[in-house]
Amino acid sequence: MTTATLPDLAPSPMPAPAALPQADAAPRPALIEAKNVSVFYGAFEAIKSVSLDVSTNEVVAFIGPSGCGKSTFLRSINRINDMVRGCRVTGELKIGGQDIYASGVDLVTLRRQVGMVFQKPNPFPTSIYANVTYGPRLQGVKKRQELDAIVEDCLRKAAIWDEAKDRLHTSALGMSGGQQQRLCIARALATRPSVLLMDEPCSALDPIATAKIEDLIVGLKKLVTIIVVTHNMHQAARVSDRTAFFYLGKLIEYDETSTMFTNPNQKQTEEYITGRFG
Amino acid sequence: MIADRADRSLHDRLTRGASAVAYTLSIGFTVVILVTLLCVVGYLFTLGFSSLSLGFFTHLPTGAAQGDVGGMKHAVLGTLILIALASIVGIPLGLLTGIYLSEYDTGSKLATPIRFICDVLAGVPSIVVGILGYELLVRPLGHYNGYAGALALAFIMIPIVARTTEEMLRLVPGNYREASIGLGATKAETILQVIMPAATGSLVTGIMLAIARVAGETAPLLFTALGSRLLSTDPNEPMPSLTVQIFTYATGPSPDQQKLAWAGILVLIGLIFVLNLAIRFAASRRVGSKR
Ligand SMILES: Nc1ncnc2c1ncn2[C@@H]1O[C@H](COP(=O)(O)OP(=O)(O)O)[C@@H](O)[C@H]1O
Ligand SMILES: [Mg+2]
Repeated sequence: MTTATLPDLAPSPMPAPAALPQADAAPRPALIEAKNVSVFYGAFEAIKSVSLDVSTNEVVAFIGPSGCGKSTFLRSINRINDMVRGCRVTGELKIGGQDIYASGVDLVTLRRQVGMVFQKPNPFPTSIYANVTYGPRLQGVKKRQELDAIVEDCLRKAAIWDEAKDRLHTSALGMSGGQQQRLCIARALATRPSVLLMDEPCSALDPIATAKIEDLIVGLKKLVTIIVVTHNMHQAARVSDRTAFFYLGKLIEYDETSTMFTNPNQKQTEEYITGRFG
Repeated sequence: MIADRADRSLHDRLTRGASAVAYTLSIGFTVVILVTLLCVVGYLFTLGFSSLSLGFFTHLPTGAAQGDVGGMKHAVLGTLILIALASIVGIPLGLLTGIYLSEYDTGSKLATPIRFICDVLAGVPSIVVGILGYELLVRPLGHYNGYAGALALAFIMIPIVARTTEEMLRLVPGNYREASIGLGATKAETILQVIMPAATGSLVTGIMLAIARVAGETAPLLFTALGSRLLSTDPNEPMPSLTVQIFTYATGPSPDQQKLAWAGILVLIGLIFVLNLAIRFAASRRVGSKR
């Protein structure tokens, strides 16, 4: 009954870019490594033997037509799919070298390290302050000063401090959709994750709110590794370093975003990106 | 094209006509029900108020059948004790059952029978519960007692609280659960800190329904707590209650006692009303303080 703990992945200050020897040439260490991962809902295989790596502090976009399994794969990275009855994962999925599906993995620790932002903004029907402090409080942070500091820090990181600072103790549901989504990002950051999973975070938002979230994603890259599901090609092109194209549960192509969008290897990728199907 | 438009306007007119009829009917029936309700309440108030006095709450029955029949202090106190004891047992058990059914039933074979039993129990005539209480808790002890009465009432509360709790927790959006689990909360933390607070208002309504229901029960108490003309705070003794006292007086021959029964009914309704407000206030304060 020993509980395997995941290595401490709390965001370490990034070395200054200059210290990195030619960041592009040398492959960065892989933080997330998936090898032959398949995900089943009952007998239905929603993800079919997918292998991909995600490096520290990069933004990866998952694209592909609806129902191709983007969410399913994303949700197996923080094991939130465990909540779905009949959902089963095979293959190997490692974060920071630790197999997250090994027996004895502590799900609470895993989910603190791998934060998630959902398609529909889902703040709790409590105050803005209580939303941000929810995670830290569960971790046992009680001191008012500490909590205050976390709230300000996370709201600033999520670029919502200025809009929220005068109404911290009012209901989060009184905010606009875009503000709610940034609050959800702040709430996720409050557990100091090293990975942030975002499932179509802008699909319920207007263009201006979308632009703010996109800026945020690019800015947050320094702090966390981000995987963002999107069905908006332009968004993928704007925010991501690498893009993975899924189709019918398979990973069709995974490459630098610039390559994917200018010179894709696979015909299906090109057809999807140019809007010929999907 | 013109024919098409004529068609559409005919259809429009029909729908509008139907909608007007439905509207009128619903207004009409609302009025009928409101008037009936007002008549009942009015009748009750006229009869009840005239015989209600401070003495009702401060005096015990004198034993006299005519003239000064005394008050119902003993019955008010007895009802409060019985409701409190029944709530202490019934509400937690009901809530826990409801939480199990809504949050922990992941396709186990246990949930369906529990749900079925709850539904059956909720429909069991209360006199049956009274007889059950008599057989299980009065006969073995050899005397009528308040505990038996309170447990009989709790038995009626459990399925009501359980089923409303289940329904209300199911209404809490699933994405709150995901958000909480995604932040590293355990299932228990999620239920206690997110789901229950989000449903507090409706959970309180369910609890109130159950309390109101048992506060008005007579049959289960007749066979268990029995009733008494004496002031009693020991639940191991027979316990008086408003409903049983009202029943005794109202079915008795004395016109003065019958009048007091009317006052008793008014007090019972007032009691339920006050309890309702108090619980709502307490719940809103408790949830408010957390935010
Ligand atoms: N809870 C579930 N139970 C059964 N099948 C599911 C469930 N969730 C998703 N699926 C199926 O898995 C496939 C992939 O779904 P999803 O990951 O949501 O796709 P995407 O996010 O790319 O639109 C779809 O065919 C979908 O019907
Ligand atoms: Mg999806």
